[in-house]
Amino acid sequence: MKDFIIPDRDFGTPAAKSKAMVTLTIDGFDVTVPEGTSIMRAAAELGISVPKLCATDSVDAFGSCRLCLVEIEGRNGTPASCTTPVAPGIKVQTQTGKLKTLRKGVMELYISDHPLDCLTCGANGDCELQDMAGAVGLRDVRYEAPKGGELANHFLARNTSGEKNPEWLPKDLSNPYFAYEPSKCIVCSRCVRACEEVQGTFALTISGRGFESRVHAGGKNDSFLTSDCVSCGACVQACPTGTLTEKSVLDIGTPDRAVVTTCAYCGVGCQFKAEMRGDELVRMVPYKHGKANRGHSCVKGRFAYGYTTHKDRILKPMIRESINDPWQEVEWAEAMEFAANRMKGIQEKYGRQSVGVITSSRCTNEETYLVQKLTRGVFMNNNTDTCARVCHSPTGYGLGQTFGTSAGTQDFDSVEEADVIMVIGANPHSGHPVFASRMKKRLRQGAKLIVVDPRRTETVEGPHYKAAQHLNLTPGTNVAVVTALAHVIVTEKLYNEEFIRTRCDWDEFLDYAEFVSNEKYSPEATMLVTGVMPDALRDAARIYATGGNAAIYYGLGVTEHSQGSTTVIGIANLAMLTGNVGRRGVGVNPLRGQNNVQGSCDMGSFPHELPGYRHVKNPEVRAIYENLWGVKIDPEPGLRIPNMLDAAVEGTFKGLYCQGEDILQSDPDTKHVAAGLAAMECVIVHDLFLNETANYAHVFFPGSSFLEKDGTFTNAERRINMVRKVMAPKQGYADWEVTQMFAQAMGANWNYTHPSQIMEEIAMTTPSFAGVSYEKIETLGSVQWPVNDKAPEGTPLMHVDGFVRGKGKLIRTEYVATDEKTGPRFPLLLTTGRILSQYNVGAQTRRTENVVWHDQDVLEVNPHDAENRGIRDGDWVRLASRAGETTLRVTITDKVSPGVVYTTFHHPDTQANVITTDFSDWATNCPEYKVTAVQVSPSNGPSEWQEEYNAQAANSRRILAAE
Amino acid sequence: MSATPAEKIIRMANQISQFMESKPHQEGLTLLAAHINDFWEPRMRTHLFAVLDNGGAGLRPLVVEAASLIRRPVAA
Repeated sequence: MKDFIIPDRDFGTPAAKSKAMVTLTIDGFDVTVPEGTSIMRAAAELGISVPKLCATDSVDAFGSCRLCLVEIEGRNGTPASCTTPVAPGIKVQTQTGKLKTLRKGVMELYISDHPLDCLTCGANGDCELQDMAGAVGLRDVRYEAPKGGELANHFLARNTSGEKNPEWLPKDLSNPYFAYEPSKCIVCSRCVRACEEVQGTFALTISGRGFESRVHAGGKNDSFLTSDCVSCGACVQACPTGTLTEKSVLDIGTPDRAVVTTCAYCGVGCQFKAEMRGDELVRMVPYKHGKANRGHSCVKGRFAYGYTTHKDRILKPMIRESINDPWQEVEWAEAMEFAANRMKGIQEKYGRQSVGVITSSRCTNEETYLVQKLTRGVFMNNNTDTCARVCHSPTGYGLGQTFGTSAGTQDFDSVEEADVIMVIGANPHSGHPVFASRMKKRLRQGAKLIVVDPRRTETVEGPHYKAAQHLNLTPGTNVAVVTALAHVIVTEKLYNEEFIRTRCDWDEFLDYAEFVSNEKYSPEATMLVTGVMPDALRDAARIYATGGNAAIYYGLGVTEHSQGSTTVIGIANLAMLTGNVGRRGVGVNPLRGQNNVQGSCDMGSFPHELPGYRHVKNPEVRAIYENLWGVKIDPEPGLRIPNMLDAAVEGTFKGLYCQGEDILQSDPDTKHVAAGLAAMECVIVHDLFLNETANYAHVFFPGSSFLEKDGTFTNAERRINMVRKVMAPKQGYADWEVTQMFAQAMGANWNYTHPSQIMEEIAMTTPSFAGVSYEKIETLGSVQWPVNDKAPEGTPLMHVDGFVRGKGKLIRTEYVATDEKTGPRFPLLLTTGRILSQYNVGAQTRRTENVVWHDQDVLEVNPHDAENRGIRDGDWVRLASRAGETTLRVTITDKVSPGVVYTTFHHPDTQANVITTDFSDWATNCPEYKVTAVQVSPSNGPSEWQEEYNAQAANSRRILAAE
Repeated sequence: MSATPAEKIIRMANQISQFMESKPHQEGLTLLAAHINDFWEPRMRTHLFAVLDNGGAGLRPLVVEAASLIRRPVAA
C-alpha cells in the first residue's frame, strides 16, 4: 500500500490567471507572481502563512475576518492581505508588533463567542479556529457577559439559571451525511460562498445582521434536507470549524492518512482523497489537483460510498447446478473449476462461438482489457461487448466517421472559455453534477445556454442563469432538429467558410449544403414532427453559429435512439460547419454515463474491434496480438449484447461471463433479456451484489470495490486517472485477479502480478496508449490519450491542426422516424433519465443513505394528461407499452410537455425496462431507451409481472447455510 | 413481446439502408455492405441470407442490391 504525501496547501485565495508578472517583497523576500494575485497568496508562495479564517483558495476573497492583516511600507493602515492585490515593488510585512496585537484582539473576540469543548469536538485536530488561536498566541479571553446582564453568546443553550438562550440554535442533523452545529459557527461565510461560487446552488445564506447573523439553509422553516441543498459537500469542506462536519468523522474520528484515488460513479472522473484510519474509510474529500473536478464533488462521490461495506455484499464465491437451486458457497478454486468445466463443456458441445463476455464500464481499464482478452485469446472468439453498447456506442460510430476518433474533443477546463454552450439530450445537473457546477459558473459569467431536451430539466434554468433557448422537441426527433439547425446555418450563410475549406473536404461540404438547404429541413417544415417553434430554433442556430466559442455537450438523450448514430454525426456536422473544433472553449463532448465507459471502449470491449478502435478484420492489427498471445484471432466480428441475447433465445449462445454489469435491469425489453439468460447453460456473474442478472446465474464471483484495487479509469475527457487500493479486497482478490484465475482454469498461461503489467501490455500494443505508464500517471497526476511520441504528456485538445482522419467529413443526416409510434392504444411517449442522488440501476446508491432523496422511481406526467385520465398526484398508475407493463407512483409536473411522460430506472421494483422495446440504433444496436409509446392508467398496486418477478428473484437469491 | 429473428434482421438491415439511401447510389450500396460486413456477426448474416435467398421479401431494394457485396458466412 502506498501512502502519498499530498501537496494540498491552502493558498488562501484562487490563483490569478494573468500572464503579466509582478515582483514584490514580503518579509524581506522577493516574490514574483501573476498580476491580480492577493498578497496572501503571494506570501503563501513564499511559504509564509498569514493567519486567516474567512479565506480559502476555493472561493474568492471576502475580507471579513480581519485576521490576515498586513502592513505595507508607505501605505496607511493594516489592509487585509486576502483582498489586497500585489503591486510592483511594494514591501509587505506580515508579522509586526502592531499586527500581532490586532490579531490577538480579533481572535479574542472570536473565541469569546465559541464553546471551548475542543477535546470532544468533531473538528478536534482539524480546526482552523483552533490553529489560528495557537498561531496568534491567544492565551486569555477577557470578555464575559456582564453580571445580571443578558446572556450574549450563541453557544450556551441555557444560562446558569436554566433559562433558554434565544440566540442558541439546535443542531441540524437532517442531512444524512453531515451535521450543522450553529453554536460553533464563526460566520466567516465560507460555506455560503462555496455553495454559490463552487457548487452554484445558492442554498445557503447569511440571515440577519450583526450579532444576529446566522448561516441558514433555504427559507425560514427549512432544514438542510428540505432546502435546495444538493449535498455536494462543498460547504463542509470549506468550513474552518466544527460547524459543518461529516457525520462519519463525528462517528469515527479524524483520519490519519490519505490516498488519492478516482470516483467510481459517473464519467466526469473526479479525484478524491480517500481519508483513512487503519483500513476504515473515514471520508472522501475532493482532491484540489484533480484535473476533472478541481476540488469539487457531488453527493455521490463525496458521500455515497457506503455500498462498499453494505451487508448485501457477497464475499464468498457461489455455484449452483440450476437457477432454481439455492446458491452454495464454495472456495475460489472450486468455483473456478466449476465455471471452467461448464464453459469448456459448452464450447465442445455447441462450438467455439457459443460463449462470450460482457466487460464492465465500472471496472478498471486493466480489468476490462483482461476480460476482452479472455474471449479473444482463450474462448477464441470475438463475443465481447460492454454496457457502452447501451449508452454511447453511437458516439463511437458517429465521431469515428466524421472526425476519425471515438472520443470527446476537449478537457473539462475548456468550458471556462465557452461563450455558447449547447446541451443536447443530457441533464448535467443530475447526471454529471461536477461538470454542471463548472458549466454553471461559466453561465453566471454570461455564456449563453441552449438546451435541446423534451423535458424542462434542472439544467434549463438555475440561480442566476437561464437558457437562451430551450428546444423542447418531441422524443425521437433529434435528427430533425439537428438537421434543421444545420439548415439555418447553411441557408443563412452563418458557416465558417475558411474553416471548412482548410479543415474539411469542400466537395463534401457542397454536397451536404445542397442536401440540408432543401426546404423540407427548414425549422418551419420540421416543426410538424419536432414540435419545436421555428423562431426558437432559428435563434438557437444563430446563437450557436455566431456567439463566439460554441461547445456542444451531449448525453444519452442523443445516443439511445433508433437514429442515435445519425444525431452524433449531425452534431459533428454542426461543429465543423461553424469551425467549433480544435481550440479551447469549443468542441463536441459526449458526457459519459459510467466512470469508465470511455476506457471500456478504448480497451477493445466491442466485438468488432481490438484495443484502440482497430477492426478485427485488419490482419496487421490481429498479428500484434497473435504474436504476443500465441493464438489465432478470429477475423469476424463477434456478437453485440442484443445479438447475444437473440442468439441465446435461438439456442446458439449458451455461456456468458458478465463482469460488473446488470443486464437484466439495465438493458431494454426485460422479458427478452430474461428469456435469453434463462436459455443459457452457464451464466457467470462477477459483481459486488447478487444483482438482477444473478437471478439467472450459475456461478457468482464476488467482486472488489474501487477502494480495494489498483488500476485506471478513463473519463469523458479521455483522461486516464489512477485508482488506488486503499484497503485489502474484502473477498480476497481484486477483480483482475479473479479474471486471471478464471482464465488459468480455462487453461491460459496468464501471470500478471500487478495491474501496471497489464497497462504495459496495453501501451505496447495500442498506438494511442503507447506513452502511457503508471510511472507517468503518478508523475503527471493523469494523462489524456493519445499519449505517444508526438504528445508525450497527453492530448488535452484533439483535432487542433487537423482531424485525426485527415479532413473532417460532413455526412448527410436524413431524418427517419422511429418505428416506435404513438397510436390509440399507446398515445404517450415515455422517456427516461437519471436523478442527482441515484446512479444507473441504483445497485450502489440504493445501498446508501442517498435513498432519503429518492426512495422509488416516479412517473412524471403533465397536468393535462393526468386530468384526462383522472390521475392525481401520488397515485399508483399502470404504465404499459407493447413490450410489457409495470406500476409506479405519479408526480404531476409541467416539466414534461403534454404527450410525454418521464421516469428514472434506479429501482428494480419499478422495472422500467419491462416497458422499453427492442428497437435500436441502426448502426450500433444501441437500444432506443428514450422513446417508448405507452399508456398510463390508474392502478391499485404492483402488476402481475412485478409480483412474479419479485417471487422469482427472492427464490433465486437463496443461499444455503454453510455446512 | 419481441420480434422474430427474421423480423429483427429485416428491420435492422432496412434501418441501415435508410441511412445509406441518402447518399449517392453507388456509395450507399458499398457502405451498406461494408457496414454489415464490419458489424454483423456471421450468425446475423446467416439470418440475412436466409431472407435474401428466399427472395428478400420485406427488405428494402438497396439491401437486396447489396447482397453480392455482403460476405456470406462460411458454415462453422
